[in-house]
Amino acid sequence: MQKMLTWIDARFPLSRLWNEQWGKYIAPKNFNFWYYFGSLAMFVLVMQILTGIFLTMNYKPDAAKAFESVEYIMRDVPGGWLIRYMHSTGASAFFIVVYLHMFRSLMYGSYRKPRELLWIIGCVLYLALMAEAFFGYLLPWGQMSYWGAQVIVNLFSAIPVIGDDLSVWIRGDYTISDVTLNRFFAFHVIAVPIALLALVAVHLMALHETGSSNPDGIEIKKYKDPVSGLPLDGIPSHPYYTVKDMLGVVVFLIIFSIVLFFIPDMGGYFLESNNFIPADPLKTPTHIAPVWYFTPFYAILRAVPSLMNSQFWGVLVMGLAVLILFLLPWLDRGAVKSIRYRGGLFKAWLAAFVVSFLILGYLGVVPVTVWGQFSESIPLVGGADKATVLARILTVVYFLFFFLMPWYTARDKTKPVPERVT
Amino acid sequence: MHSATDTVIDRQPGPDSKKRRFLIAATGAVGAVGVVATAVPFLMSFWPSERAKAAGAPIEVDISKLEPGQKINVEWRGKVVWVLNRTPAMLATLPKMDARLADPKSEVDHQPPYAKNEQRSIKPEIFVAVGICTHLGCSPTFRPEVAPADLGDDWLGGFFCPCHQSKFDLAGRVFKGVPAPTNLVVPPYRYVTDRRLIVGEDTGKTKA
Repeated sequence: MQKMLTWIDARFPLSRLWNEQWGKYIAPKNFNFWYYFGSLAMFVLVMQILTGIFLTMNYKPDAAKAFESVEYIMRDVPGGWLIRYMHSTGASAFFIVVYLHMFRSLMYGSYRKPRELLWIIGCVLYLALMAEAFFGYLLPWGQMSYWGAQVIVNLFSAIPVIGDDLSVWIRGDYTISDVTLNRFFAFHVIAVPIALLALVAVHLMALHETGSSNPDGIEIKKYKDPVSGLPLDGIPSHPYYTVKDMLGVVVFLIIFSIVLFFIPDMGGYFLESNNFIPADPLKTPTHIAPVWYFTPFYAILRAVPSLMNSQFWGVLVMGLAVLILFLLPWLDRGAVKSIRYRGGLFKAWLAAFVVSFLILGYLGVVPVTVWGQFSESIPLVGGADKATVLARILTVVYFLFFFLMPWYTARDKTKPVPERVT
Repeated sequence: MHSATDTVIDRQPGPDSKKRRFLIAATGAVGAVGVVATAVPFLMSFWPSERAKAAGAPIEVDISKLEPGQKINVEWRGKVVWVLNRTPAMLATLPKMDARLADPKSEVDHQPPYAKNEQRSIKPEIFVAVGICTHLGCSPTFRPEVAPADLGDDWLGGFFCPCHQSKFDLAGRVFKGVPAPTNLVVPPYRYVTDRRLIVGEDTGKTKA
C-alpha cells in the first residue's frame, strides 16, 4: 500500500493535496455547532448531484412529456419516488444549510480581513446556487414551475430599453415554452453544476490558504509552537474534524429522513401544491409565489412601488439586496470580529436583520392582501395593504443593516478580545 | 507557494523586453477578439429559432368586413385576440366609466404607448385586445347590450368573465372591486392599410 502511494506521489501530488487540503490542515480547536454547515453544504451538493444523475435517466426535458415523466419517476420507476424526493427535499435542505453557514459568517465575522476573497467566492456560490434552483424548478413543468419562471423571466423585461429583447433571448421564445425548458435543463444539469463544483474547490482552497476563522474571531496563527511551527490553538482536521463533521452528517440525515419520509412537500413549502397540476399557459394560478428560499427577495421586489410606470425599481432593489452581500467585508469597521466581543449595537442590528429576513420570507409566500388594508381614514398608509407596508419597513431595515454598518460597528462598545482561543 | 528563485526569474529583464511586451499584448488582444467572435454564434443560438419565430409570427387581420358593433376572434401566439369595431354609441360610453374603473387612465403597462388613451386603441373605433382575463386566464364574453337583466341597470356594455364575474368596459378597462387586478392586455399592432391590421408587431419590429 505504502509502496503504491510512493509510486503515485512521484507522479501525482496525492499525499500533498490531501495533507494541504484536509489531512494536515490545521483548524482552530474551538469550532462549535455553527461550523457544521460548511461540510454539510458539501454533503448536500454531492447528494444533489447523485440523485440528479439518476433523475436525468428517466426525466424528459420536453414540454409535452416533462410533467408525465416526473410522475412516471414517482409511480413506476423502482425507488424513483425516493430519489426524486431526496432531490426536491435536498434543494430546500441545501438552502437551509447555506443560510445557516452564511449566518455563522455574520456572527463571527468570518468575512473580515484576511478572508474577504473567501467571502466573495462564497457569495458567487450563493448566486450560482440560486440560479441552479431556479432552473431546476422549471423542470417538473407544473403550474408553479411555469408561472414562477414566467414571473422571474418577466423581471428582465422591466429593464429599460433592452428588457423586452433580453427576456425573449432568455426564453428563446415569446412565452415560456419547450425551448425554454430544454435550455433550462442544460443549465441545470451541466453548466451550473460544473460552475458550482469549481467554485467549491476554489472556496476550499481559499479557506485553506487563509485558515479558518473561529468563534473568538482571533487568528490562531499568531501563537505558534516554537518547535513544530504549528499554531498552538489548532488541531489537524483529520481525524478531529472528520469525526465531528461525520456526527453532523448523521444528525442532519436523521432530520432529513424525517422530512423525506413523512412530509416531503413540507405542507406546500418544499413542493408547492400547484406544482402537482401540469403547466397550463392559458390558466394563471390565483397566487404565484416562489419556493420559500427566494421569498425574502420576492417580498422586497413586491414591496418597492412602481415608479414612473416601471417595475424596474423593484427589480433593481431586489438585485441590490443580494449584491450588497459582496461588500460586507468593507462595510464592517468593527474593532473585533466575533459577536462574543461585540457591543449591543451590532447585536441589535444583526437581530433586526435576521428578523427582517425571516418575516420578509413569510411575506413573500403569502398574497399581499393577507392582512387586508389599512382603513382609508388613516393618513399616509390609508388604503394600502398592511402586508405591503410592513414589507416596505422591513426592506428598509434590511438595507440599513448594511448601509449603517460602517457607522454602528465603529461606534460599538466592544469587549476586550482574548489573546488565545477560549 | 512562490519560491525566491521564481520571483527572480519572473523579474529578470531579458533581451528585447520592450518588443516582447508588445508581442504579448498584441497576441492577447488578437486572442481576445477571437474569443469574442467565437462567443457570437453561441449567444445567437439563444434567440428564438426559425420555428419559434414562425409560430409566434405576427398575423394579418382583414377588417374590411367588420361591421360596426361586430367582434371577431383571431389567434396569435396561442392566445385569442379580439378585434372589435365599436359604434359611436359604444365609444360614447367610455368617458362615463371613470368612476367605476380601477385604472381608467391605463397606468398599468398593459398596452403599447400608442394605445394608452381613453379608447385604448390607435383608431378610436377599432379595439384590439388579448381576450384573456387578467385574473385566471378565462376568456370573458362580449356583452354589448345596455342594462341586461343579469348585469344590472348601470351596465353600458363591455366584457364579462363568466368564471369569477370580473367586468371590463368596452375598452377592456377593469372595474373596481372585481377579482381581475388589471385592464385587459392590448397587443402590439399596426395598420398596413385602412382595412388591414397586423397584430403582434408595431414599428415593423416583432415584440414580445
